[in-house]
This record gives sequence, structure tokens and C-alpha cells, in this order.
Amino acid sequence: MTRETSADSRVILRLKRSPTVPLEAEVITPDVLGSLSNSEIRSLTVYHGKRRLPLGDFFDVEGEHSCDLELHGNMEKVRWVGRAMSQGSVTVHGSIGMHLGAYMSGGRIEVHGNASDWVGAEMKNGFIHIRGDAGGQVGAAYRGSLAGMRNGIIIIDGSAGLEVGMRMRRGTIILGGPARDFAGLQMKGGTIVLLAGAEIRTGAWMNRGTIISLKPLTLMPTFAFAAEFTPAVIPLIARHVAKFGVQLPSAASEGHYRMFSGDLAVPGKGEIFVWQPVA
Amino acid sequence: MLRIINGKVYDPANGVDGEVKDVCIDDHGRIVESIEGGRTIDAGGMIVFPGGVDVHTHVAGGAINFARAMTPEDHRRTQAFIRTKTRRSGLGGMAPTTFATGYLYAGMGWTTVNEAAVPVLSARHTHEELSDIPIVDKSTLTLIANNEILLDQLEAGAFERAKDVLAWYIWAAKSYGVKAVNPGGVAAWKWGSDAKQLTSPIEGYARLTPGVIITQLARICEQLGLPHPLHLHCNNLGAPGNISTTLDTLKHLEGSRAHIAHSQYHAYGGSGWDSIRSETTQLADYFNTHANITTDAGAVLFGDTVTITADGPWQHLLYKLTGRKWGNLDVENETGCGIVPYTYRPSNLVNAVQWASGLELLLLIRSPWQVFLSTDHPNGGCFWRYPEIIKLLMRADFRQECLKRLPDKIKKHITLPEIDREYSLYEIATAMSAGPARALGLTQKGSLGIGCDADIVIYEEDDDVQRMFGHPRYVIKQGEIVIEDGDIRETPEGREFLFKPSYSPDTEEFIRPLFEDCYTMSFENYPVELSRIERADVIEGVTP
Repeated sequence: MTRETSADSRVILRLKRSPTVPLEAEVITPDVLGSLSNSEIRSLTVYHGKRRLPLGDFFDVEGEHSCDLELHGNMEKVRWVGRAMSQGSVTVHGSIGMHLGAYMSGGRIEVHGNASDWVGAEMKNGFIHIRGDAGGQVGAAYRGSLAGMRNGIIIIDGSAGLEVGMRMRRGTIILGGPARDFAGLQMKGGTIVLLAGAEIRTGAWMNRGTIISLKPLTLMPTFAFAAEFTPAVIPLIARHVAKFGVQLPSAASEGHYRMFSGDLAVPGKGEIFVWQPVA
Repeated sequence: MLRIINGKVYDPANGVDGEVKDVCIDDHGRIVESIEGGRTIDAGGMIVFPGGVDVHTHVAGGAINFARAMTPEDHRRTQAFIRTKTRRSGLGGMAPTTFATGYLYAGMGWTTVNEAAVPVLSARHTHEELSDIPIVDKSTLTLIANNEILLDQLEAGAFERAKDVLAWYIWAAKSYGVKAVNPGGVAAWKWGSDAKQLTSPIEGYARLTPGVIITQLARICEQLGLPHPLHLHCNNLGAPGNISTTLDTLKHLEGSRAHIAHSQYHAYGGSGWDSIRSETTQLADYFNTHANITTDAGAVLFGDTVTITADGPWQHLLYKLTGRKWGNLDVENETGCGIVPYTYRPSNLVNAVQWASGLELLLLIRSPWQVFLSTDHPNGGCFWRYPEIIKLLMRADFRQECLKRLPDKIKKHITLPEIDREYSLYEIATAMSAGPARALGLTQKGSLGIGCDADIVIYEEDDDVQRMFGHPRYVIKQGEIVIEDGDIRETPEGREFLFKPSYSPDTEEFIRPLFEDCYTMSFENYPVELSRIERADVIEGVTP
């Protein structure tokens, strides 16, 4: 890590003008901004629709030479923030647009607000925490790609949209709120924890991987009921997610998990655990 | 007018082997004895070749377009062509877009390409795409060996009628020749089956066998006077032990001229995926004793690509083997089509055997007039990687280095480590230009003789042959400098070569009711009008 240690050494970007069409701002990452001076940061190119404009047209920039970025404003049209970042941190106060942290390989992103679709899409590693809701395709593979997120952790406190963890290969996604349809679509590995359940077709086409739900799920007929027990891996996952303040029950006195395997239409070796508290 | 002086000229069609001589080009873009005035290129220290000719590639039409649509993941990472005043935008990669295809081919000195698989039903689409491929000249081959109307004639033994029908199809598709893919196998695929035995009747037919289709089509092509003989993708592609099928096919062709497409995929021994081995020695022996047969290597290069072929059953198998994406098209009564993205890996025994086999064929077949450079683009690798193959052919030590990266167990399955032949520049010029041009019957191509098209590529002499062939100093198309120092200077439109065979005047009325009985479109919309072909160059067949 090459990040600065001093607490007040940060680059602060404040949105001063709302983009009228999506603003493609893949330059807003610690890897690009970290070594630049204030004026260099302001003159970076962003794409407002098809127009190339300097970053300074949309943001007031405070600070320089830091891998810790802070963003303020209503930025739901600002896309690709933290794209392919490998270090440092991005803290967002407000909402943020699509592709946040896509392809990232390290560092932390924290959003105090809502995020849009494709959070952490195809990420290789790193940590993303959304305090509000997220859109669809969290940690997913882009269209046509063989694999989505390869490692790392994504925590969404609120709800998420369609195709959460689509084709993910490794890593962990934790959802505090409900997910919509197709959570874990064509999943190849990794873990999805659904604290508030999901809508329909959870785990469709999954090859491998684990989905844990604390709420009952409507499963597809291609998932076969396998066993009623709490496998040894659950306490391990519980210990892992406890670091992020997430409580996963595993004590026999509280209940047990119903395990389903599938998707038999593939046929896959995925597993879905649904928590069954003692009555 | 243009004069190229002081260059070392390699022109195998005229036996010129590295002689320093001048090449003159007149105002019509043809090579002439001498000219007065005009620009002079001093090619001192440079090498002058006839422009490359690709005898077997897939660059336009329904299948490659399907492949483009199926691989957005490649579009995100690949070379982008940004629009300029003279150049259109596009993408390179595994299945380049139309304009980019022209830029990429011309960019490495190839000036003529043969799109090797066009169903009559998608010929119109194919020609529209071809007219959007700039710079290079083009030709197409019509897919025929699973066309049910034609097969019915062969089943009934109506040879003359079959000949007329085939001739009508060639002109309806505005094509240049005939391509047979897995004869009978794709027709059988529509019954969920395949045709692996040349002497067994095809599913859905009482008597007709793949062997009969092969023999009859080769005869028809000769009798129609096609400039390019039957272009054959043999049965049983890609399967371990398929060498017996391939040799059997060649026996069925005995006495005829033919071109065997991508023979690398047809030269395997063994009885399963674990025991697959290269049998290129047997196949090369056959070519070495039969000068009437030509082939292209269909060489494989390691890396990502997308496989596309009319061979539907094979593609289904490949999908089952890989679990990757699979596209399947049913082209009504004519043929099929399958698309599967694929990654060739050096660590995979089968892939390693395929890689070695392609090179072995290029090295073991002695005459470069018989075996041509191809990857069956994009099946074995993308055409813009040809310079890598040239380096593998010209540098035995580089081959040995590459062999070291393969798993040890593969050594028992291939013969490549024992081959120390190195191609000379003269042989490369033959295998990439003069040979394929002659096999295609394009007399004005692949030659720097007087009266030929001035399609010329000039390389700066370089020990790193991959760099040299990848980055020509000049590319000249029809007398016009299109590439200079790596920049695209001009993007002229290329021509399309068509062949018009003669056939009995009642053929159309014979086909009409058969067509109307089973096709989903109206017969009037089926044949492609000549006016739809931009810059057509028609060769007329003589009445037999």
C-alpha cells in the first residue's frame, strides 16, 4: 500500500453541477488521482455523454497527492468511480451511479447512500460497503464474460436488484435487505448471504458456490432437498462475516439449516442453505 | 504509376527468388515491363512479395456475425479502430467487424481473401458485408454438400440434373466455387445424427452415402470448369482417429482435383481424447504423392478464439466438451451452423496435438504449392496472427523453445520435435500468396508477372520475422499505396470475383416448385441479383 497516513491528507470532490446525461468518470480512482496535484486532478478528462470535459467542470476539488478520496453530492449519474482501483479508499457521501468499483483489485469503497447497478462487477479483490440500497448485477460478470467477481467482499446494508452475484467465481456478497430475482444466477463459486431472503429463481443455473438465506426462499423445482443440518462450514462463514458486524446463527439451540442442492438442470453442485429457527 | 526499385523480389509464380529487380506499375494498377515518370519507391534493404491470398477464411455472413454477437467480452478488451476522416470505426479481436477486417488484412499485407462458407440463403447478407470490407479483393464459396434439393438428385442418380442444380446455385449465390462441409453429416444432424462412415447411407436417405456426394461433387466441379476445385471440409472433423476417414475421403477423390480445407483438424490418430495423436506423417505422404490435391493448414495458435462452422454436430460436441456458449443455426434445407467460443491451451493435450499438427503439415508436405498458410480463421486462431505462424515455420529453434512449454507427455503424440525444416522466404511467399492464388485459379493474383494485379507488399528486412511480417513498410493494392509505415493511407473498395457456370435453361423452373414446397421465403427473393454485387468481376464458364 502506498497510501498516505496523515488523517487530513485526502482528496475531496464535491459535485457542483449535476450531469444531464451519464458522466463516465473512470479517472476517479486512487490509482489515477493518488500522484496528481490539485490542478492536474481538475484537468482530468471525463465524458459527459460523448463530450470530453475536464473533471473540474463537474467537481470542486480539495486536496492533492492522496490515495484516499472523498466524494460528496447526488452522483447517481456518475459512473465507473473506483474502476480497476488497486489501493487506497473511496468514501462516498450521497448516492453513486453504475459500475462502482468494477474490476477493482484492492482497496476499500464505502458509500453512505445508495448505489446503482454493477457494483463490484468482475472485481478481483477489495472491499465494498454500501450503507443504502444497490441496483442489480452486484459482483456480476459483464455480458458475455465467463466469470464475475473473483474475490473480495461486497456488503449491501439495504436491498439489491436482479442477478446479484451472477457468474461469481469466489468472494462474498452479503445483503442486509432482500434481493430480487436470479440471485446467484449461474454462480461458479463463492458465497452469497441473504439476511432478508430473495424473490424467485434464486441460484438458477448455479454450478457451484453457496447461498445462505436467513429467510424462507421460493426455490425452483430443480433444487433438491438434501439434508437438515448445520454443516461445519457455517460457523466458519459466521466467524468470517462477524468481522463486518453480520450475525449468522449456527447454534443448534437456535435452529438448523435446510440444505438444497442444484441447479439440477445444469447439473450443478451448488448448495442453498435456508435457516430454520426452532419453533 | 509507381516504380519499386532496389528491392529483393520474391515472386514464386515466376521463379524469382530474392533477385534485386524493379517492379513497374501502370495507371490501371497492373504490373508492366516499364513506365515513364511516376513515383519511385526505393526498396533498398527491403523485401518485395506479392500480396497475401487467404484461401480459407470466414469474414462475412450469418455465422461470423452470430459469433460477433456472441462474444461481447472480447469486444471490451480488443483493439478498437477509431473513426477518422478516411477510416470507419470497428473492432478487431476474435471476430473482427467488417471494416476492421479489411484494415487488419491489408495491414499485414494480405490483399485477397476467400470467404469459404456461404449458404445460398445468406448469400445476400454475405455480399452486403463483403462490400463493407475495404481494400482486399474477395470471393465466396457456396455451401452445398447438405443441400437437400441437390442431395435428392444425387440419391436418384440424376447426375446431369444435379450438375445443373449446382451450377444454378453457384450463380444464384453469386459465388466463385463450391464448398462441401461434412457431406451428409449436417443433413443427418437435422435428424439428431451425424455421418462418420463414408460408405453408410445418410440418415433420411435410402442409398446416398457421404462417399457418393464427395465423388460426384468433385466430378461436377470439374465438368463445370470451376477455376477452384471442390473445397472440402471432410467428415469426422476434430475426432481422435479421424485420419482413416480423411484418407478414405482422399481415395474417393482419386483422379480429381480438390482442395482439402484445414487438414490439421483431420489428421488425428488414437481412439479417445487421452490417446489422441498426430497422424500428419500419413496425411503428408498422401499429399506428397498426389499433386492434384491442395490443402490449407488450419493451424492452431494458443489463446482465445471463437469456432464457427457449418458442421453443426461437431459444434454440439464441442459445446458438450467445454460447457462454453453455444449457438446453433438451422439454415432451412441447405446446411447448419454452430458457434462455440474456445480457448486453446498449451497445457491441454488435445490442444497441444492440434498446435503441433498444423505446423507438422506445413513442414512435412514438401511443396508449398500444395499446403497454404491458414488458421481457418477464426477457428484455429485469428488471421491477424499469421505472422506468428510464419515465425514458427522459419525458425526451428523458436519452435523448439515453444515445444518446451508443452507438457512432457505430449512428445509421444507428435512428430514436430523431430522436424528441423525451416521455410525460406521464397517458400513463405509461395504458401501465403502464389500457391493459394493458383489453387483458387486467380491468375492475376499472387504473381508479380507482367499484366498481373499490382498487389504488392514490401517488408523492411528484419531478423525478427514475426515483426517483419506483422508490420509491412508498404502495402500496394491495385497500384495504390494503401499502407505506408504502419498507417492506412487509402481505403479503396476491393473487387469480388464471381464464376458464372452454364446450365440448362429449364433449371430454374425445375427448382422453383421444390423450393416453394419447403422454404419460408419466396423464390423470387432467393437468388442474389448481379446488380447487388459492388465491383463484380465475373468469370464466365464455357458450355460443356
